[in-house]
Amino acid sequence: MANEIAIIGAGMHPWGKWGHNFVQYGVAAAREALADAGVPWQDIRFVSGGATVRCGYPGYVAGATFAQALGWQGAEVNTSYAACASGSQALAAARNKILAGECEVALVVGADTTPKGFLAPAGGYRPEDPDWVRFYLGITNPTYFALYARRRMDIYGDTLEDFAAVKVKNSRVGAKNPRARYRKCFTAEDVAASAMVADPLRLMDICATSDGGAALIVCSLEYARKIGKADAPRVAGISTTTPTFASGVVEMPDIATDSAAANGVEAISYRSRIPLKAYEEAGIGPEDVSLAEVYDLSTALELDWIEDLQLVPRGEAAAWLRRGDTALGGRIPVNVSGGLACFGEAVPAQALAQVCELTWQLRGEAGDRQVKGAKVGITANQGLFGHGSSVIVKK
Amino acid sequence: MSDKPLAAAIDGWHTMADKPHLIGTQCTHCDTYFFPPQNQYCRNPACDSTDFRQVELSRTGHIWSYTNACYQPPAPFVAADPFQPYAIAGVQLEREQMVVLGQVVAGVSVADLRVGMPVELVLETLHETDDDIKVTWKWRPLPTGSNPATGA
Repeated sequence: MANEIAIIGAGMHPWGKWGHNFVQYGVAAAREALADAGVPWQDIRFVSGGATVRCGYPGYVAGATFAQALGWQGAEVNTSYAACASGSQALAAARNKILAGECEVALVVGADTTPKGFLAPAGGYRPEDPDWVRFYLGITNPTYFALYARRRMDIYGDTLEDFAAVKVKNSRVGAKNPRARYRKCFTAEDVAASAMVADPLRLMDICATSDGGAALIVCSLEYARKIGKADAPRVAGISTTTPTFASGVVEMPDIATDSAAANGVEAISYRSRIPLKAYEEAGIGPEDVSLAEVYDLSTALELDWIEDLQLVPRGEAAAWLRRGDTALGGRIPVNVSGGLACFGEAVPAQALAQVCELTWQLRGEAGDRQVKGAKVGITANQGLFGHGSSVIVKK
Repeated sequence: MSDKPLAAAIDGWHTMADKPHLIGTQCTHCDTYFFPPQNQYCRNPACDSTDFRQVELSRTGHIWSYTNACYQPPAPFVAADPFQPYAIAGVQLEREQMVVLGQVVAGVSVADLRVGMPVELVLETLHETDDDIKVTWKWRPLPTGSNPATGA
């Protein structure tokens, strides 16, 4: 296909709360990806970094920061900031560069060092900043996850046991993933015994913030053939679309939705529209998908994503979960990496970590987490300020 | 509670009356509502208006969803000592076709709430400073059987 690029290398620094400089994680991930690809660093002509806003100026210019750390060699750089979708936006920048013929092989990398506890906004008195406003009024990230979870309970009859079952499912595979931060098989009782954070979500329903780094080496199909990697998995579609007015679900960090009062305007769910462009670009449908890596900021949100990706009919994700259909070995395995439940979130690295997992799965290198016969994988995530992404990788 | 004067936690976002309203704006061309108020550019992609009127939003609506805060949020939130958990609701406003978040009044827990429940807007303390008591909008359940559509 004319718009495809190959993924010839993937690498990750293990997720954790290591407390080191984020650059160290990115360099480790990049070096693993380069070694995996068998491409010398000096051959990389474009470095596309996911920005972190919590690590000072080097984080704002992450592409250059990583290029310097790996050793200046004259490559062009780019830095993308798109909240949770930063990694995908950095990947899209590399794809554009490659498809435009300006570069044969690129490094895409993101890494973060996160503070403890809630992610908090900048200080001062700044009512013009919606992120400041919602914290001032006492509305944190788990508030939004909990509002969505309560909607599922009210509309579809999902239960607390369903949400706990997502954590149990993901922890079973995450326990086998050496790159995951939490590697314990949790039980429904463990979830029920954890502290309530934002009713109906408990501490173990909500993902932590983590340190970590992830990297990909991507190239033109011609370059992949040239180095004997014609069979490498390909990026077949990337969506980083923004919401459509009137965005009808209250999204972080806003305290209100758009108004759909104008003539001819209707309320539209952003999340369900994110994957549409990826499917269209890839020329495939949900029925072709072998596995999905979705952004389980909460257990309940994994169920929303499965429906937003159209992998199951609206409202039926919990039923599929109960039957084991979304587990490893099921009809459509979801988050066989262990998901955010087992990793915690390292914002600029997370969307790339999702693609790393798909890459290993499609190569058949995922060991005891392997989805048999995996041919097509899809990712999905959403962050603040109208950022979201979905990437389709295929064999 | 002290006898300090009351002041809006955020100026200009709600009236200070007994039956308070959120203060929004409405595009004079396409009728889209905005809260927080927005006077500079219409965000309806089919409208390039820069002309708005200030409006009082409906002070009643129905709960779209709800939750609570069991842990103390970070600054700029100013917590009571000890921290008192509070409920939070997203409320669907019929006329405005939008959902607005806010705390639920003190003394009401998630066990008292349900999706679709009618609520009204009231003012309550958010925190106290050396000079005044900062109040903000909160949602309060209405008696069962009341009709927000006519009660606005």
